[in-house]
Amino acid sequence: MNGTAKLNELSGAVPSSLVVVPNNSVLEQIHAWLVTVDHKKLGLMYIIYGLFFFVVAGIEAALIRIQLAVPNNHFLTPQFFNQLFTMHGTTMVFLVGMPLIFGFANYLVPLVIGARDLAFPRLNAFGFWLSVFGGLLLYFSFIGGEGMSGAGSAPDVGWFAYAPLTGKAFSKGHSTDYWTLGILVGGFGSIATATNIITTILCMRCPGMTMTKLPLVAWLNLIMCGQVLVTISPLTAAQIMLLLDRFVGSHFFDTQAGGSATLWMHFFWIFGHPEVYILVIPAFAIASEVIPVFSRKAIFGYPVMVGATIAIAFVSMSVWAHHMFTIGMTSTGNTFFVVSTMLISIPTGIKIFNWLGTMWGGKLRFDTPMLFSIAFVFHLLIMGLTGVMLAAAPFNWQLNDSYFVVAHFHYVLVGAIVFMIFAGVYYWFPKATGRLLNDRLGKWHFWLFLIGFHLTFDTMHLPGVLGMPRRIYTYEAGRGWETLNFISTVGAAVQAAAVLTFVWNILISLRQGRRAGADPWDAWTLEWSTSSPPPEYNFAEIPTVRSRRPLWDIKHPTDPDWKYE
Amino acid sequence: MARPVPGDLFLGAISRVGKTRLTTKIAILLLARQTVYGGDKVDLTLVPSIFAPESVPAHSILHLANFVLAITGGIFVLVTTLLVYAVVRFRRRANDDGIEPAQIYGSGPVESAWTIVPGLIVVVLALTTARVIHEIQDARQPAGAVEVQVVGHQWWWEIRYPKLGIVAANELHVPVSRGDVRRPTFLELLSADVVHSFWVPRLAGKTDLIPNRTNSMWIEPERVGLFLGQCAKYCGTQHAKMLLRVYVETPEDFDRWVKAQEKTAESDPAEATGRLVFEKTACINCHVVKGTVANGRFGPDLTHLMSRDTLAAGAMTNSPQNLRAWIKAPDQFKPGALMPAMNLKDADLDQLVAYLSTLK
Repeated sequence: MNGTAKLNELSGAVPSSLVVVPNNSVLEQIHAWLVTVDHKKLGLMYIIYGLFFFVVAGIEAALIRIQLAVPNNHFLTPQFFNQLFTMHGTTMVFLVGMPLIFGFANYLVPLVIGARDLAFPRLNAFGFWLSVFGGLLLYFSFIGGEGMSGAGSAPDVGWFAYAPLTGKAFSKGHSTDYWTLGILVGGFGSIATATNIITTILCMRCPGMTMTKLPLVAWLNLIMCGQVLVTISPLTAAQIMLLLDRFVGSHFFDTQAGGSATLWMHFFWIFGHPEVYILVIPAFAIASEVIPVFSRKAIFGYPVMVGATIAIAFVSMSVWAHHMFTIGMTSTGNTFFVVSTMLISIPTGIKIFNWLGTMWGGKLRFDTPMLFSIAFVFHLLIMGLTGVMLAAAPFNWQLNDSYFVVAHFHYVLVGAIVFMIFAGVYYWFPKATGRLLNDRLGKWHFWLFLIGFHLTFDTMHLPGVLGMPRRIYTYEAGRGWETLNFISTVGAAVQAAAVLTFVWNILISLRQGRRAGADPWDAWTLEWSTSSPPPEYNFAEIPTVRSRRPLWDIKHPTDPDWKYE
Repeated sequence: MARPVPGDLFLGAISRVGKTRLTTKIAILLLARQTVYGGDKVDLTLVPSIFAPESVPAHSILHLANFVLAITGGIFVLVTTLLVYAVVRFRRRANDDGIEPAQIYGSGPVESAWTIVPGLIVVVLALTTARVIHEIQDARQPAGAVEVQVVGHQWWWEIRYPKLGIVAANELHVPVSRGDVRRPTFLELLSADVVHSFWVPRLAGKTDLIPNRTNSMWIEPERVGLFLGQCAKYCGTQHAKMLLRVYVETPEDFDRWVKAQEKTAESDPAEATGRLVFEKTACINCHVVKGTVANGRFGPDLTHLMSRDTLAAGAMTNSPQNLRAWIKAPDQFKPGALMPAMNLKDADLDQLVAYLSTLK
């Protein structure tokens, strides 16, 4: 068939007339990166930006864990502790999670749909630099938070910054202003990038790629970007209201003047809960690519996977007040949010079962990306089940705001998202750099991180059950919390060792890694049909596809997918 | 009244297994392992475990929790088994022939099954949960209930008994409910500044104290004793030291406590100089001592300061030495605390402490 033949040609050399010889002086190279509108470079910059802040947030977390390792510790001052957990949370969500998922989306979406770039390359660069500016604003608060009059301080209001703690009366100086502005500016960047990715997927798929043949990684990112458009808006509105409160004396959240504290909660969580899915759906997307390839089987139940994700996205917009079961809603209101929250477990369960179905009957290869993915499925199961516990409102009245919740959402953000980010890096690093990451170091990284993760976050559930609230800078001895907290801190040290292994692996593999070739994993989607790293224009000739796995069709001409789909 | 729902059956079944036995087993699992908690120093009655409830709403929550744990535990075992089986059984063998496995694109019946079964589980869980929500949240206040107003402050608890005319702080005294004499305590929750949350795990779930809003909750302790809790919602610098103590007393002890608290301060003429220091200093702008000119409302009522076991919302035990150190430098115990250091001379400080020590 015609398209197949064309794809075959693509894996060969690129016509030399199209190759641009880069100027190699360092300044020229830096300049090229700074002014680039190439989705691959911007994607990589997003990922580097995210990984950099991942290390920063990790250091903040390590300081928090040291402070809590023993009771009545004086390692940190109360205020610095409060700043650290605020910055850790804000950083992980806005400066680690968002850039990383947008990085992967940026890099992968055009490649898997056979396009040469995103629909609006310049808007893409604009979105990226806005995000960077937002991050810098937030971190500038460390030196500029109290303006000229003080040594400066970071915000200490918690990452969901409940009113009226953020009001002028309770948050003096400018640290909260930097927090608000940083998120506001970064949010515009997210909206720009989401619009861009949606347009690209809807309008720039290669010939033959109907929506039912769209690879799951693109489908899930499309859904995620739709969620970004819907949910960043209330966040932006809330931040503008907060700025008005702080600068021109309006009273949206100013309870001393009749404002409403719960108004902020509603605005924040109608963003905040879908945000969890904005971050985790791209993790699902990576799993939906990695698990089939390393199981050597097509994804089980493609239409149901898409449908379940859409269901999750829709339902996740109606569950926000499960973060607010303790604010004294009516019993009817509480019941509504119990039902909507529990409903989400159905599509989430479907996804777990479908990944299991993909592995079932396969021939599993345990390369590092697959190890991270299997652990991810296990963690997704546990966090789903603790999520059901938290969804049962009366149980939530005990667990909410305790360390149980902290353990639960770290299962989501680390156990699911960070694990899949690692899987994604191991999986696509050869595509982006032309070299494989070292698998031996990768396995060290995986096992250390897995052990550290479970030491820290499994034990963390228990102090919550024993009455330990979150966000306390110290605690008394004799409440049954000390041994558990100490174990959590030990686990954090193990995780730190794992991350160092990872960083080391990246650094040495960039120089000495094994050459990858175009298709090191024997995979099936279009990004593996072009060279590693891909040329600036991705494909010399736009490919034509007939199934969800175009490279499978090429590799198995007698038994192609399109016969069955 | 709540109509019976399917969840009742499950709850009932769990109750029949032994309301106390199951609870005790879990309590033992989680509590009796003293080694886990840090040696013999741990007084288990002071571990604020949600698995050791001593009050009606906390019991209801634990029943629901056990039910949810049983179901989720079952799902966990099942899915983990499947996952481990898949990983072991379908790993690529050393002697692999290199042929790709059979490609299976999905299965309608199988996928329907793992949609419908979880759906049914959700129905059962949601109905059970709704029933417990109703049971706790819509409970009527009986005639004999004690009414208390709790006002959250940065970083202490104001505790008022409007019908008894008592104002206390940080240490809530309530009567026990025993046998036929049910004396639950109904709490009205308010905040003077930011959002706080009232949480004493062994007595009930938590409820937030939100400015411009009146919330309510209730407890019905069934055992005499001291129950620890603390503010659960991050409320600023000293959130960690906004501790809460609930003393559950026999009706007689509680009535005796009420009698004592109703009195105005009996000041000892021997400490008149100390009282003068107190009344001349800014103390009176923030604190109340009934029967004196002190009528400030920013800080805790001190009329019966010495009847309390702790100072500064549980930050330290109440002793003259601690009291003196606290007044001298509040920031050393609770950095960021809103009480300023008064920079009193040592002699004045001694007299002031001597006076405050008479406020029984």
